[in-house]
Amino acid sequence: MPSSRTRSALLEEVAGNGLLHRRIFLTQGAALVGAGGVTVLSAGPATAADPPDTPPWMRAPGAGMSGYGYPGKYEDNVKRTGITSQPGTTGSGASRTPLEKLDGVITPSGLHFERHHGGVPDIDPAAHRLLIHGLVKRPLIFTMEALLRYPMVSRIQFIECSGNSRPMLSPAPPAGSCGAIHGLVSCSEWTGVPLAILLEEAGPDRNAQWLLAEGADAAAMSRSVPMAKAMDDALIALYQNGERLRPENGYPVRLFLPGYEGNMSVKWLRRIKVTAVPTMTKDETSKYTDLLATGKSLMFTYPMEVKSVITAPSPELALKGPGLHEISGLAWSGVGKVTKLEVSADGGRSWAEAALTEPVLSKALTRFRIAWRWDGGPAVLKSRATDETGASQPTRDKLLADKGTQFLYHYNAIQAWSVTPSGEVRNVYA
Amino acid sequence: MCTPSVVSVAGLGITVLVIAHALAAEGPNVGREATAAEIAGWDISIPPDGSGLPPGSGTVAAGAALYASKCQSCHGEKGAGQPNDRLVGGQGTLSGPTPVRTVGSYWPYATTLFDYVRRAMPYPQPQSLSNDEIYAVTAYLLHLNGVIAESDVMNARTLPQVKMPNRDNFILAYPPRPR
Repeated sequence: MPSSRTRSALLEEVAGNGLLHRRIFLTQGAALVGAGGVTVLSAGPATAADPPDTPPWMRAPGAGMSGYGYPGKYEDNVKRTGITSQPGTTGSGASRTPLEKLDGVITPSGLHFERHHGGVPDIDPAAHRLLIHGLVKRPLIFTMEALLRYPMVSRIQFIECSGNSRPMLSPAPPAGSCGAIHGLVSCSEWTGVPLAILLEEAGPDRNAQWLLAEGADAAAMSRSVPMAKAMDDALIALYQNGERLRPENGYPVRLFLPGYEGNMSVKWLRRIKVTAVPTMTKDETSKYTDLLATGKSLMFTYPMEVKSVITAPSPELALKGPGLHEISGLAWSGVGKVTKLEVSADGGRSWAEAALTEPVLSKALTRFRIAWRWDGGPAVLKSRATDETGASQPTRDKLLADKGTQFLYHYNAIQAWSVTPSGEVRNVYA
Repeated sequence: MCTPSVVSVAGLGITVLVIAHALAAEGPNVGREATAAEIAGWDISIPPDGSGLPPGSGTVAAGAALYASKCQSCHGEKGAGQPNDRLVGGQGTLSGPTPVRTVGSYWPYATTLFDYVRRAMPYPQPQSLSNDEIYAVTAYLLHLNGVIAESDVMNARTLPQVKMPNRDNFILAYPPRPR
């Protein structure tokens, strides 16, 4: 327990409009509430939940065991959000992770965002094959049973659709929850076979510079991948968060390219063709290219840039009264670790460094937290991440000045949430 | 990545090239060798040089008839769009405030159109069109966009020669430039 002198030092503002030292929650936790002028939430009227009554679930034995557990019925409101599909289809669209309803960094598999181009195929693993061919000495076919015999690695890493946060390109700030705007990002523990091992067995030719990865869905979704990435950290992923992949995440096998735009991590992987040049598929030419104001377009924009968002407070999560609050959110970078996360409560005039929850992993979602004593006045909350390359998030104005308003992919600007005196949180361009 | 290193074997006076695997893991070699016929059945991707394009051909007129019956309900009359992606027009709009991205205004390679139609269209029945039908609908869409003449026929020889209007307006972001 820190001394009272340390405690009062921690309660001093480290940046404008009430941001407190990032160690405040780490060192003292709930012991602080009620101390040093911090307001305690006003207690409501006593109900049957309060002592001295004993709750009914202690007066009879509970339910028995189950073969597979699901979230409790009181969590029924925690669902994927922003579900949209192309007109006339149910399977060509996206659903988003409700970021503001989760904590920690692992996305439950059932809440992982989805982006499908031809629906979720119902694949019998016994009838699925992975073919590796093209510029190789030995074209190979793998059954799923064969793949499971290979040495595997596990990594906790994010996938972000490069179209994530696109609503932020609209002229007026979009309404909706944090997840509805920024929820095309999720983080899982992925387990699978390093692609390099399979490619080595096939024996790539000297001029093998690229590969074409193709899925077994109705869109036969396909992307070109640089050989250098394939040999570096690409996984043939079979497990997600400890269990076999969910159908909507590529069951029975998917490609996983850490840090790269999500579309390239081809789900339901059935074919890898080793090539000398990119194939120039639909999804790397007509889509997933970033149109600039000049009329030129960026092509092969692979790594997802450094980015962050405050998940609490955020829209649809109103603050219940002034006093001590935790500001919490997620930061990530497709090129490595997040090294610094700064938070502002005064619209960016002053910044304080937030605490990063360990472990801080490369190309993974990273949870950040900082204490904030809200005085009940208007506030504009922002977060700004920096990664190990030294890159940090641009302002929205800077990003749009550089790339125009039509680039559609790779939006990574600083997000601003406005807090009104009533505690309501709104998306603002500030 | 493989890191070649030169190792001298003591006493023998010979030098051998050793490939050291950063991943330090060997596979059990349980993939089965694929036959040419197996590969041919699955190898549907077509790069810009057209290698792998199948035999067959298609005319603009044949494509118009096919389009009306199998594509128009989603992509509108003559590729005008609605309810789904617009396929025709938009040239000259890309640097303006409301760019219209279509096959004609945006797509850099004509081979991509053949490849994509073959693998994914029409949406309710992918991989159902014959090669002649795919060439034909490709020809029709290229013609509607003013890229080829009404009399042009698309086949494995002519399609890769089509130069798309927006071909030279892409900037490669990979490999990354040195910082």
